[in-house]
Amino acid sequence: MILLNGQRSEVRAGETVAAVLARLGLGTNARGVAVAVDGEVVRRGDWDSYALPEDARVEVLTAMQGG
Amino acid sequence: MSELTIAGRTMGSRLLLGTGGFPSLELLAEAITASGSELVTVALRRIDVSGASNGRGSLIDVLAQAGVDVLPNTAGCHTARDAVLTARMAREAFATDWVKLEVIGDEDTLLPDAPELLRAAEQLLDEGFVVLPYTTDDPVLARRLADLGCAAVMPLGSPIGSGMGIRNPYNIALIREAVDVPVVLDAGVGTASDVALAMELGCDAVMVASAISRAQDPVAMAGAMRAAVEAGHLARGAGRIPRRHYATASTPDEGRAEFGLRVHVD
Repeated sequence: MILLNGQRSEVRAGETVAAVLARLGLGTNARGVAVAVDGEVVRRGDWDSYALPEDARVEVLTAMQGG
Repeated sequence: MSELTIAGRTMGSRLLLGTGGFPSLELLAEAITASGSELVTVALRRIDVSGASNGRGSLIDVLAQAGVDVLPNTAGCHTARDAVLTARMAREAFATDWVKLEVIGDEDTLLPDAPELLRAAEQLLDEGFVVLPYTTDDPVLARRLADLGCAAVMPLGSPIGSGMGIRNPYNIALIREAVDVPVVLDAGVGTASDVALAMELGCDAVMVASAISRAQDPVAMAGAMRAAVEAGHLARGAGRIPRRHYATASTPDEGRAEFGLRVHVD
């Protein structure tokens, strides 16, 4: 099971990072967004090709107001 | 006011603005304009996976429209590992290798964790980041951070969001003497006089977040902070008079009239 931002998700292993972002309404040109899988940053250029492994922990972060 | 240069980037404003705490993006945009700031901090947090809020006007759009540069922070990180990962994510999200490095060591005071801060700074510098560390007001730690290669040091005046101003002006002055990189007073500012004092102590810039964003009128306070940075900077350059224990008359005694007892004034 894939954890997306700490929550169980319907995302399946084998889906690409780009596909996960599409589920969130984000294109691969989305500004201010970064993705990590299992604690490693997935570079923007790899979003289309990076397929999620089994039990991946995916973090999708974006800009928030902060000091 | 003379320009501020950090790591080769030159800015007309010596006020860095934190985006945290503003009640709305509209007020943030107005405050940015009023502050004159050219560099503003943002945090990274999990995106809402329900997708419900992802379509709304974004912070990034507001900042782009304001024409300011983004300084990502690692707020909320408690370990060097988390801070390094967050900085890498920020580099990807914002296409900048600048990072305001925060590694927090205590929940109540949000004071920096010095060993973890040094460890994170060393790692990020190795990876090519431009590191601006949020640090305690310890001149030795500031020097260690500068010696590692940090582009600036950001000592606190007092704990984040406390509004207590500069608790130890002596240490801030010592930090100014201890390092050659820019000194940016980072936390604890409550009002404009705190900012002016920081600049008078020799800081190159001041970073303000809560004191503006949580003021009753954030836009008016942003203007006040802007004026205070400029006033303090000018005063520092002008050279203040020394403090003395007794009065020194500003009007000369010479030529003073000596009135006799018989003089009448009608």
